[in-house]
Amino acid sequence: MSTDLFGIHTKALDVWQRRSEVLANNLANADTPGFKARDIDFAKVLATAGGAPGAGGVALEAPTPGQIGPGQTGAGSPAPGALEYRVPTQPSMDGNTVDEQVEQADFAANSVHYQASLAFITAQIHMLRTAISGGQS
Amino acid sequence: MSLSSIFNVAGSGMAAQSSRLNTVASNLANAESVASSPEAAYRAREPLFAAVQKQVGGAADAASEGVRMAGVTESQAPVPSRYEPGNPMADANGYVYASNVNPVDELVNMISASRSYQNNVEVMNTAKQLMVKTLSLGN
Repeated sequence: MSTDLFGIHTKALDVWQRRSEVLANNLANADTPGFKARDIDFAKVLATAGGAPGAGGVALEAPTPGQIGPGQTGAGSPAPGALEYRVPTQPSMDGNTVDEQVEQADFAANSVHYQASLAFITAQIHMLRTAISGGQS
Repeated sequence: MSLSSIFNVAGSGMAAQSSRLNTVASNLANAESVASSPEAAYRAREPLFAAVQKQVGGAADAASEGVRMAGVTESQAPVPSRYEPGNPMADANGYVYASNVNPVDELVNMISASRSYQNNVEVMNTAKQLMVKTLSLGN
């Protein structure tokens, strides 16, 4: 029930959070030889999360506490297959494919998306409050 | 909680970059030091970074968590020798051996390390802001 309350936004929040972690890791490894930059394809994860029930992702959530769902590394994280390698635009001699500008731009955009999801949830909470209080106070 | 693990990731990046700055400082400080044998001469040092891999499930595409110092390498470039018989460090033939530090390389390294450090600070600041906003959800 509580998952229906805020619609897809709680799941979106999860994905944005996970993606910001991956991008932060790319930036931390900007000078690591041989490191390959990675990213999460939001559209793909969204398709799994919002698609028909039984299509995977959310529909396959572990029914009992402590159980790890198929393809999940932990609670709330998308399947590991969602992590993809970035196509390098200018790879360096040491095999590193992190493009600091690209990662920075993606990280900034990602944080805006995260805040957008937060704003949707906040609006939903306000709407519920209005409904509960009958529009008074 | 994923957002708090960003603090670990960015923190490891900052630690790695500051140790890189440390080696740059050491190299620049020793740029002019001399020794009485090529073996004892100071050689330029450079840290070697490696990604920290998460050990969950052993999946090949498991997310790595930050960066670590895998070690410090010493430059194998030949050390220059100078004929200075009056130098107290001179060997039997009157030669002293200087360090093979290239100050230009070191300054470039310093700029790169400082920019990468700033990148990590920025990531940490953003993560902090997002966390604060999440905590005040519904207000």
